[in-house]
Amino acid sequence: MPHRTFLWFILPSLTAMFLFIAMPIVSVIVQSLFVAHEQVLVTVENCGPFGCTQETRVDREATAALREAQPLGRFNGLGTYVNRSHLATAELAQAWQSRESLGQFLGQLMNLPFYRALAFTLSFTFIVTPLVLVLGLAIALGVNGLPRLLRGPTIFFSLLPMIVTPLIGSLVLFWMIDAQGVIGATLQILFDDPNLSLKASPALTWLTLFVYGVWHSAPFAFIVFYAGLQTVPAETLEAAMIDGATRWQRVRYVVIPHLMPLAVFITLMQLMDNFRVFEPIVGFQAQASATSLSYLIYSHLRGDVQQFGSAAATSVLTILGVAILLTPVLIRTWRDFNRKRA
Amino acid sequence: MTMKKLSTLTALTVILGASGAFADCGISAGRVSILSNDFPALQAMAAGAAECASATVAVSANQTTEHRDIQVAALTANPAEYTSAIVANSSIVPLMNEGLIRPLDDLIAQYAPDLPQLNRITIDGQVMAVAFMANAQHLFVRDDVLAQIGASAPSSYEDVLDVLAKIRDAGMMAHPFAMNTAAGWNLGEEFVNMYMGFGGELFEAGSAAPAINNATGLATLEMLAALNEYANPDFLTFDSNATQALWESGELAVAYMWGSRGGAVLDDENSTPVVTGNTSLIAAPTVGGGSLPASTLWWDGFTIAANISDEDAAATFQALMHGLRPEVISANNNAAVWLMDGYTPGAPAAGVAATANAGARPYPMLPYVGLMHTALGNELAQFLQGQESAEQALADVEAAYIAAAREQGFLQ
Repeated sequence: MPHRTFLWFILPSLTAMFLFIAMPIVSVIVQSLFVAHEQVLVTVENCGPFGCTQETRVDREATAALREAQPLGRFNGLGTYVNRSHLATAELAQAWQSRESLGQFLGQLMNLPFYRALAFTLSFTFIVTPLVLVLGLAIALGVNGLPRLLRGPTIFFSLLPMIVTPLIGSLVLFWMIDAQGVIGATLQILFDDPNLSLKASPALTWLTLFVYGVWHSAPFAFIVFYAGLQTVPAETLEAAMIDGATRWQRVRYVVIPHLMPLAVFITLMQLMDNFRVFEPIVGFQAQASATSLSYLIYSHLRGDVQQFGSAAATSVLTILGVAILLTPVLIRTWRDFNRKRA
Repeated sequence: MTMKKLSTLTALTVILGASGAFADCGISAGRVSILSNDFPALQAMAAGAAECASATVAVSANQTTEHRDIQVAALTANPAEYTSAIVANSSIVPLMNEGLIRPLDDLIAQYAPDLPQLNRITIDGQVMAVAFMANAQHLFVRDDVLAQIGASAPSSYEDVLDVLAKIRDAGMMAHPFAMNTAAGWNLGEEFVNMYMGFGGELFEAGSAAPAINNATGLATLEMLAALNEYANPDFLTFDSNATQALWESGELAVAYMWGSRGGAVLDDENSTPVVTGNTSLIAAPTVGGGSLPASTLWWDGFTIAANISDEDAAATFQALMHGLRPEVISANNNAAVWLMDGYTPGAPAAGVAATANAGARPYPMLPYVGLMHTALGNELAQFLQGQESAEQALADVEAAYIAAAREQGFLQ
């Protein structure tokens, strides 16, 4: 394709990407460097149904004048990035100097909101992603071995967890694992412990969220692998059978290498998706035990006071996190691409 | 006058009478658009206001529990998306900070000169909101359970602990207590209530500097932890819907819940006569030998957007007052603790009235209290899970609040 044609061909999507991806990211980066104006406070008398009190309020005219002068707010540089709500460099340095043991330092680290969220986000990403790959492949191989008549219905039911909206799916499970719910009550009987609750302890909450993550994403891996399985060359498989390969050896040495590019694709998608884990935390009301970077952004922007600077800084850190996570996979893909071209 | 003419006249009168609701509002033209929370009392008010709709008056309402998150953006637009935001003590603050609501003095003088002082939320001499209902968290107790262990209704949290211990020792219930302790806003509110009961101040006088990291704060956390020993281990996920369901299922003997749930708890839906018949709503208890109930008083009221025309503002004010007229209030008597004419306090209001009469303080209307509330809600869960000390939890709250307050320009 001539370069000119190619350019015209991708111009619409390039424009859309610039407008809806690049511009917002630039705006978020700019936002993260600024904080709100100094608030001019005055004390006034407030009266209501429960009597009068002297209370502080913002002097709106004075604050509006400050805002007029600098519409973006006060320039804070990287101040927001290093404060306690984010990278907490000062708190970290202090914890490191006063540490008595590595465990105690890690305890201090987990006490800071950003690192607590990062710990869960990374655990979720690195536990759920491989399990999704393995389980997805297993389901695909299983379904592929079914008689043709049963395949359609099985595929439909296997896809259900992905079809259900994440928030609804997690709410349904949240009610099922309630102490009064069908799963929660069964577990209490099985383990003979009337106080067993999947919602109470952080460890069990994490476990529940991981299980939910695998349940929700496995169908995606399954359907991609299943499509790939239809393209595995029959000659190679037959040759392997003649050579006396067992079913496991055929999977290991013929099917898996053939599906490798798909596995890389699923890994990429899953790393990105799982790093942004958010809905299950809301659905499972898990914020006491588990928060993620996306949940932090949501929490900054909720409530009576919206902290745009904080939310922007966490967003930029999340983008950086995704970039770091994807780099190894992308480098690998690039090398493969170059090798094939050469 | 012939019979035919007479019957025509009668028919005309009937038609006029049927459309009397329009005429009552007395609005010639304008736009009425309401943004509010979503519960039965507000639904009744919005339905009352909707009666003012006519060919020249458009009335619409967006009732959502997420109203606080959209109100600032929606009222910043010019003209504002909503002509009125229904607010409470805390959610009026961001609208005030941004100057998004207009003073109501002229509208009150013109359309509701008899409005009692009680309903006028006056800030720095100007009426900024019309309060129409009150709310507070207080105790719900099961009289039959208390009678079985031979206890009277508890008046202090120390009594509550005593009662709970007896119930558990008697083997009646494993988890007889609940309060709204879902991590986040609910948990923050429980801290504020208990801390107020101990007589604490959230901030140093006249400044945004935090003042919670002290002995009062520690006592507050210890009491919250002691109470939740008697709660179901899931307690960090309990919001109002969860505690109400637990109460109605008969699994609780003592609970600390919002007064606005009283009507739904006492009605004959979703519960058994044993539970509803033995439920009493009583004042929030005192704590630590203090004299004030450990609760904060809340009002709900309407505001009118600044970025709308005077015609729309007048139409909105009249429509909302129409939605709050005595007939609407008396028809929905048990939906809330109304502060309006037409209200007869009944059993569902007993708890809020007792709490207010005992001298509970209103939730502070400070511009930075939302940041403190958020910090409390986010940082206290680890302490209640037994993962960190009370001292550490308070230090975390303080540090989280200071970081947020610096970012918002309240602290330097």
